[in-house]
Amino acid sequence: MDEKVLIAKRVALELKHGDLVNLGIGLPTQVAAYLPEDIEVFFQSENGVVGMLALPEEGLEAEDLTDAGGRPIGALPGAATFDSAMSFGLIRGGHLDLTVLGGLQVDAHGRLANWMVPGRMVPGMGGAMDLVSGAKRVVVAMTHTQKGEPKIVRECTLPLTSTRPVSLIVTELAVIAPSPRGLELRERAPGVSVEAIVSATGAELIVPETVPEMPIGW
Amino acid sequence: MRKTIKLADAVAQIPDGATLMIGGFMGVGTPPRLIDETVRQGKRDLTVIANDTARPGAGIGKLIDAKLVARLVVSHIGTNPETQRQMLAGDLAVELSPQGTLIERIRAGGYGLGGVLTQTGLGTVVEEGKQTVEVDGRRFLLEKPLRADFAYICARQADYYGNLTFTLTARNFNPVMAMAADIVIAEPQSIVPTGVIPPDAVMTPAVLVKHLISKERRDG
Repeated sequence: MDEKVLIAKRVALELKHGDLVNLGIGLPTQVAAYLPEDIEVFFQSENGVVGMLALPEEGLEAEDLTDAGGRPIGALPGAATFDSAMSFGLIRGGHLDLTVLGGLQVDAHGRLANWMVPGRMVPGMGGAMDLVSGAKRVVVAMTHTQKGEPKIVRECTLPLTSTRPVSLIVTELAVIAPSPRGLELRERAPGVSVEAIVSATGAELIVPETVPEMPIGW
Repeated sequence: MRKTIKLADAVAQIPDGATLMIGGFMGVGTPPRLIDETVRQGKRDLTVIANDTARPGAGIGKLIDAKLVARLVVSHIGTNPETQRQMLAGDLAVELSPQGTLIERIRAGGYGLGGVLTQTGLGTVVEEGKQTVEVDGRRFLLEKPLRADFAYICARQADYYGNLTFTLTARNFNPVMAMAADIVIAEPQSIVPTGVIPPDAVMTPAVLVKHLISKERRDG
């Protein structure tokens, strides 16, 4: 299985019926494709819509209905649109159940860095800082390493997105939950050993006696 | 009460060095004719407050391409390599503000508030040089209000008085910016007789709008 598909499938299991969810640009966007059929969620796009549908039917793209990346989207029955103040009120005000974001680094305190690489890439934080500070749960969906280097590290060397710890990290190797005690290894990807996860991780992991495989059988 | 003005006359009021708020998100909800006319008239040293600079050749990106902007207050420039190039070359000063903070700073400017208290950005580089305030044991970052000399607003419809409606995700920063500038210039896709927009459907009341850009009459 493609590693991004695997990550998206595992993250999709975190979505609960009735949730309001914001998916970041890139890998997190793929999560919508693997939503279990028996649950209904509302996806928010921070440019001002709740109830977005990933793709409109061909020929029905509306230039005034786009996602946060500027790509055309659709809207489900029951969708609502609003201005940016309300959109970020939903995010900061405790109304957003879950956000899924990409990551450059996560450290042993569960702190995420995902918005700039000094001297190389300064895109700006967009809505990421508000999302990490305000969503009820923050799930980081990212590859475990970048060019062989661990992205889960003791202390972030890149500028932080927020000091608030994220709720869960999902990679192609593992599911890891930050806690006050440290980073707890919760699940491993099918066929991946605990040793392989530990050696690809740049921070200490709390490893329980048994680490179940991710429950993704398809 | 007629508020319509010719495109060129509306833009001609703007002096070099002015501060402009411009609605839109990745070009969606950015008034296209006002942008093109600003480029045509070659306004210089502008300060632009907006969510982003879209892409080269699109939306606010056209002002960047023409090197008309000296200072930017935005949340995101990642989609426009030309903005990044001018910033790194020292030709363009960029203040990055988290998007939810940016819109609230504009709202505070338009609603007569002294600032925004938010936890977004605490403990990050966004906090540098800023005051923090403790309220009931919780720490907040004090973010200051933003105002502008002019706002460029992109509306779906206006009536003759200047009441505005917006559509879908093209609303974004527009109605908030319409509160926060001394002179609000709206470019509606269509101007309809007063009464067509019911009072409950008005998203920006006409009292905020100084000028409506008139349609170009097509001959023949």
